Amino acid sequence: MNSTPRILEVRKNILKQNDEIAHTLRSRFEEAGVFVVNLVSSPGSGKTAFLESTLTRMRSEFRVAALVGDLATENDAQRLARSQVPVRQIITGTVCHLDAAMIESNLKDWNLAELDFLFIENVGNLVCPSSYDLGENLRVVLMSVTEGEDKPLKYPTIVNSADLAVITKTDLAGAVEFDWPAASKNLQAVRPGIQILRVSAKTGSGMDDWLQFITSQRRDVVEHLVWHS
Amino acid sequence: MHELSIAMSILDMAEEEAGRRSAEVDAIHVKLGALSGVAKEALLSAYDLARTETTLETAQLVIEEVPVMIYCPRCQAPRAVPSIQQISCSVCETPSSEILQGRELQVVALELRA
Repeated sequence: MNSTPRILEVRKNILKQNDEIAHTLRSRFEEAGVFVVNLVSSPGSGKTAFLESTLTRMRSEFRVAALVGDLATENDAQRLARSQVPVRQIITGTVCHLDAAMIESNLKDWNLAELDFLFIENVGNLVCPSSYDLGENLRVVLMSVTEGEDKPLKYPTIVNSADLAVITKTDLAGAVEFDWPAASKNLQAVRPGIQILRVSAKTGSGMDDWLQFITSQRRDVVEHLVWHS
Repeated sequence: MHELSIAMSILDMAEEEAGRRSAEVDAIHVKLGALSGVAKEALLSAYDLARTETTLETAQLVIEEVPVMIYCPRCQAPRAVPSIQQISCSVCETPSSEILQGRELQVVALELRA
């Protein structure tokens, strides 16, 4: 008699391994009181300039660090090193996204308890990073005014997975006749209720709102922990 | 293009489950949500490439596409959406961020041959 069933039910998430590591990371971040932000966008949307400005503005008040994903170069880490905070480059080779295992292995010798904020700059790509949980508290999708208002409609999956949208390079909005209501409408269509911030890393416009947003988000998380401990 | 690594994970999972039962795999059934971030056609071609010269070379990949469903706060019911560019109730047009299905990226079942 043959006892092997013809159909075997499995019901396992294909990214189970990533999800498990992300889950472990999330607990570690929570325990250490570090608030983790995952920045996703297309290449050239101004992630690195935005992050450099963020790190420089935050460093006097908070303990901040960054992990930066890139396919081939260390240019981003070198630029970010100017902000004088700990920065580590993750070179992914041909891999188009960061995954939780890369984050875990690159954090090995960092003491998370000594950090208030950890920023992760994902590989410039609006497709692949959407499927990979990195254990972050906040996923921020960046979109520059030069990319056009319909970007959210072209990449709905990643926008739908984001917690916040940041529109960058607003100093160029006039030059490219950026249609603000259309951009907002498209973002809301794809991800109803998403909060939208407007920044220019170049002029500094909107940076205070952004810093206020993440510091209050972190406060909520930390106070929540105190409340439950 | 992360479909290749997704295809390899699917093969690893199937190999492990089938190996445990010393069975051969005829087909792998996968659920793919419209918001999973994985494209069906790309996954199929990546899978064809990934299975070459493995023990699963003859195993078919059967993909079930799962549309997005939201919970509509106004209708107070699960509803379909017009498209993934418009996450709102297909009946009353109320937007909703409560996604009930459509993010699946799951191996659901294997067809085995002993």
